Amino acid sequence: MVNKASRPTDPLIGHDAWNIQLDENGRLKHFLTVEGLSTELLVSILDTAESFANINAQSVKKVPLLRGKTIANLFFEASTRTRNTFELAAKRLSADVLNVNINASATSKGETLMDTLQNLQAMQCDMFVVRHNASGAAHYIANRVAPGISVINAGDGSHAHPTQAMLDMFTIRRNKGADFGRLRVAIIGDVLHSRVARSQIHALNILNTGNVRVIAPKTLVPAGIEDMGVELFHDMEAGLRDADVVIALRLQKERMQGALLPSEQEYYRMYGLTRERLRLAKPEAIVLHPGPINRGVEIESCVADGPQSVILEQVTNGISIRMAVMSMALGRDPGTVQSEKP
Amino acid sequence: MEEIAPPETLLEKLAEQLKNLISQRAIDQPLMVGIHTGGVWVAKALHQKLALEEPLYTLDISFYRDDFSRIGMNPQVRPSQLPAQIDDRHIILVDDVLHTGRTIRAAMNEIFDYGRPASITLVCLIERSGRELPIQADVAGLHLHLEENQHIKLTGPAPLEFVLA
Repeated sequence: MVNKASRPTDPLIGHDAWNIQLDENGRLKHFLTVEGLSTELLVSILDTAESFANINAQSVKKVPLLRGKTIANLFFEASTRTRNTFELAAKRLSADVLNVNINASATSKGETLMDTLQNLQAMQCDMFVVRHNASGAAHYIANRVAPGISVINAGDGSHAHPTQAMLDMFTIRRNKGADFGRLRVAIIGDVLHSRVARSQIHALNILNTGNVRVIAPKTLVPAGIEDMGVELFHDMEAGLRDADVVIALRLQKERMQGALLPSEQEYYRMYGLTRERLRLAKPEAIVLHPGPINRGVEIESCVADGPQSVILEQVTNGISIRMAVMSMALGRDPGTVQSEKP
Repeated sequence: MEEIAPPETLLEKLAEQLKNLISQRAIDQPLMVGIHTGGVWVAKALHQKLALEEPLYTLDISFYRDDFSRIGMNPQVRPSQLPAQIDDRHIILVDDVLHTGRTIRAAMNEIFDYGRPASITLVCLIERSGRELPIQADVAGLHLHLEENQHIKLTGPAPLEFVLA
């Protein structure tokens, strides 16, 4: 299969979006998008996260790796899961965490984004974790911060949410094994507004997934999505057939402008992931959802809470993935690692 | 270069010395902890030879290294397996080669994150020259003087062999 997703083509962000993420040695400096990264790098993120998953299962869930580093959480958009797990990840690595409350900060008094950043830089922060409702915000910041600072994209507009995609890959790998080549993965729902779906599609293709499907109404898929290396279905039943992994997306009501849908009830009737429909997938298929869940809109409650659901496992895995990315960016990761002990 | 006895021979000697030390210090129900990777091999052999009741525990000190920011992450770190309760327990810490002492420093830091042991006894198959920290082995199978640019490494797990470079 042609690895279309690794071609850096995003017109929104420009052609250098993928390469400013790596330092001169090819190691992860910023994590802004999955697009354009190598299979090896994604696998090493997953392997590193596996090490941290062990720590998170220990009675003492803390290691001194990032002691003395300061990480600022800059959330310009609401988030609970992502912000909390970034914070926990940083704390379990012994970093100091600054949660900048944007609504109560100088930004609401009219300070510009760059002024806010420069102030945080003056406070000697080592990493910014950024969520913003504008696509490209994290990339914009990464291009303008001082050389020593790393930027992690925690979701920018409808562009990318790379750590979410990686925690989903991690959840898939832990449940289905490392060979993505034999997997059929179906992504259902509002792909048009979903940064999660975009990042997932890139990650799945970079990991050489056998078959990536998108199931959505015509109004909720961006034009030319097949060019991203996916098979498009408008019919839920056909798209779900024999899937190994089913990913339900949240219907993003807050991003919808104009009449893209008749009603939530109508959407549920056509594209809701019900227990009935899930039977079309393989019996051992797993169900993912990035959260927050709209029960009875994109997913039936008994599916979200059912035996095939790995939704809460995704939350747990989010901590390991974020620990991996943070430690790789601030410790400049494998590659030159010596196996010898000191 | 002095002749180095094979690991098996050193292990016999080490087990004997450790047995004596345990009875001499009247250590009750020790917890044996091997440091990944070579230390775990040595600890396994000692654990068997001494027929210890408690299971064998392991430590991976990668996350506690002091050179992390210089050399970066090792992507495949094995889990540390320590009992949840180590307060007031006697720990026998096992490594293959004691060199700079930094590994032992890191291992002790990790152990103290779990609690406050009654004592830590350090056991090394080889205690070589080149210490950079005030750390020494309580029991060693062999004391070895090596130049700074010389390295000795234990390879395994079966058979255990020394590689000198």
